[in-house]
Amino acid sequence: MNVTAFRSLVRAMFLGFVRDRRALVFTVLFPLFFLLLFGGLFKNQSTSKADVLLVGNVAAIDQAPPQARAGIDSLLKITRTNDPSAAAEKVRKGDYAAAISQRGGQVVIEYSAADQVKSQIVQGVMQELSRGNARPAFQISAKRVEDESLKPIQFYTPGLLGWAIASAAMFGASATLVTWRTKGTLRRIRLAPVATTGVFGARIGVSLGIALVQMALFIGVATTSFFGLQLSHYWWMAIPLVLAGTLAFLSIGLLIGAWATTQESAQTITQLVVLPMAFLGGSFFPLDITPTWLQVTANIFPLKHLNAAMLNVMVRGEGPASVLPQIGILLGFALVASLVAARIFRWDAT
Amino acid sequence: MEGRISLSATPSVAVMAETIVVTGLRKTYGDVHAVDGVSLEVPQGEFFGILGPNGAGKTTTLEIIEGLREPDEGDVTVFGMSPWPRKYPLLRKIGVQLQASSFFERLTAREQIQTFGALYGVSARKADDMLEVVGLMDKADTRVEQLSGGQAQRLSIACALVHDPELVFLDEPSAALDPQARRNLWDVLREINTEGRTIVLTTHYMDEAETLCERVAIMDRGKILRMGAPAVLVRDLDAPVRISVESGILPADQAHALPGVEKVSDDGVSLVIATRDASAVIAALADRNALNGVQVKGATLEDVFLELTGREYRA
Repeated sequence: MNVTAFRSLVRAMFLGFVRDRRALVFTVLFPLFFLLLFGGLFKNQSTSKADVLLVGNVAAIDQAPPQARAGIDSLLKITRTNDPSAAAEKVRKGDYAAAISQRGGQVVIEYSAADQVKSQIVQGVMQELSRGNARPAFQISAKRVEDESLKPIQFYTPGLLGWAIASAAMFGASATLVTWRTKGTLRRIRLAPVATTGVFGARIGVSLGIALVQMALFIGVATTSFFGLQLSHYWWMAIPLVLAGTLAFLSIGLLIGAWATTQESAQTITQLVVLPMAFLGGSFFPLDITPTWLQVTANIFPLKHLNAAMLNVMVRGEGPASVLPQIGILLGFALVASLVAARIFRWDAT
Repeated sequence: MEGRISLSATPSVAVMAETIVVTGLRKTYGDVHAVDGVSLEVPQGEFFGILGPNGAGKTTTLEIIEGLREPDEGDVTVFGMSPWPRKYPLLRKIGVQLQASSFFERLTAREQIQTFGALYGVSARKADDMLEVVGLMDKADTRVEQLSGGQAQRLSIACALVHDPELVFLDEPSAALDPQARRNLWDVLREINTEGRTIVLTTHYMDEAETLCERVAIMDRGKILRMGAPAVLVRDLDAPVRISVESGILPADQAHALPGVEKVSDDGVSLVIATRDASAVIAALADRNALNGVQVKGATLEDVFLELTGREYRA
């Protein structure tokens, strides 16, 4: 196929996609909305500071060395008061994690039972201070909060992006194939002097382009200062990952499109595959919390491998080579599913 | 491949002028003989129609000629080439109009025809000109989903013609069109034909075939029952002519006594006389001054069709 014909087909299919409002809502806006929701809602979940009341002068904190003071500020939100009984009352109600007072060399911490994690943080901070060896301790504490549990936005960006890409590619492929077959567009194309591989190539090209646009959109939104996604060094390895993943999802879409007879059934089947795959593939919650058998079962879904690999290179800072196995799995999946789709493919509705 | 091309190059001039040559075509689906020994020839520049009830095998025959299906038996050559498997030089000479819905979704009329044009290497400007030919210039920026039935039909014909094919296949082009749109479409089709293109049309509408086609083939159950010019087929049917005049001028029994009358009926509005000698009956009616509101109706292609394929309704 010559370049003009190919470009013209790509343009026709791309326009057909972007003018389909429903497809746009489901494949771009909806996942993006979830990103805004989850990312915004749980924004401060794991980094919120412990609210602490300082009663009167607390020399241990007030006279801490500047570096220690910076560490304290990163963990505790300090409010001052001079009324010990009012302070105790507020802690009892759970408004504050702890009330700290100092009488001579004795630091008294009254802590709340409402939020044990924050109470522990306060106690940890004060213990390290009392040892007079504050700095390393703060660093250790800071690490625990920042690195071991990912910030929600760091988890949700790759996960929801994976879901969005899977939806767009699968719906795009299955709906296009069924619509073109039932409306006779496929046979019309077959009567034109062009290679049918070129026609499918154009559709694949459009889907790859759409996936990259989705990726740019997601990263663009998530890295704004409001959400504060920090991309790690090798994040760009997510590009080949997204492309390989799109091919895998396209092949599932083709399989559904080759099998289904009406557009409605194609959409229903696609939805029946996409949603469970997104749940079990770790788009909405980390798989670590699910039983092992479920995690093993989820391996049949290409989305799980895409999500895991994107998480590794986009936010966990792993090297480019670490995701090669997943790229291999995704491409292998694409190959097998397309071969099956080609076997059951029909040109005609009848 | 080479064999076929040299085959068509050797025969006489008369054979070379045939655009389509089909001999002994058969196609079976399970137990159904969709096409059961069809032979036909369409010379260059002819407007040829294939008529038949649903399931007669018209579509399968066309699809084999177009190269969409492989025949079980028989030979097809189009421009001296076998259409199966598909070959680009042949596809470039053929334009196929499918149902009006076979468009790319959500494109405007202009984008649509430019896309089809690009598949054949036709420039965007030339594709635009085609919109002009079918009178859709003012709808160029309308999405195909918003076009009326007639406009969509004209666009689909424009898409079939965008690469200036020598042979055009039209499948039920006027289905679901109102009378004005049909007349308009017929004008477009006649114009295409006078430019020297060969046109093969399938239709359910006998008046359409009678008006447009130089020759028709009437098909049923996979076979061609009759083939020829519509007027010849009608004449061969030798059906009586129906002459009707106002009721009440001439009593039915007197009408029956006129020369050449075969059958008389009077429904209180019109007196209808069936005869194979229309001139004698009309002369006799004129003698009796009984020609008020006279109408003469000959047999139509529809009568031929029903005679051949039967009048019973097939669900």
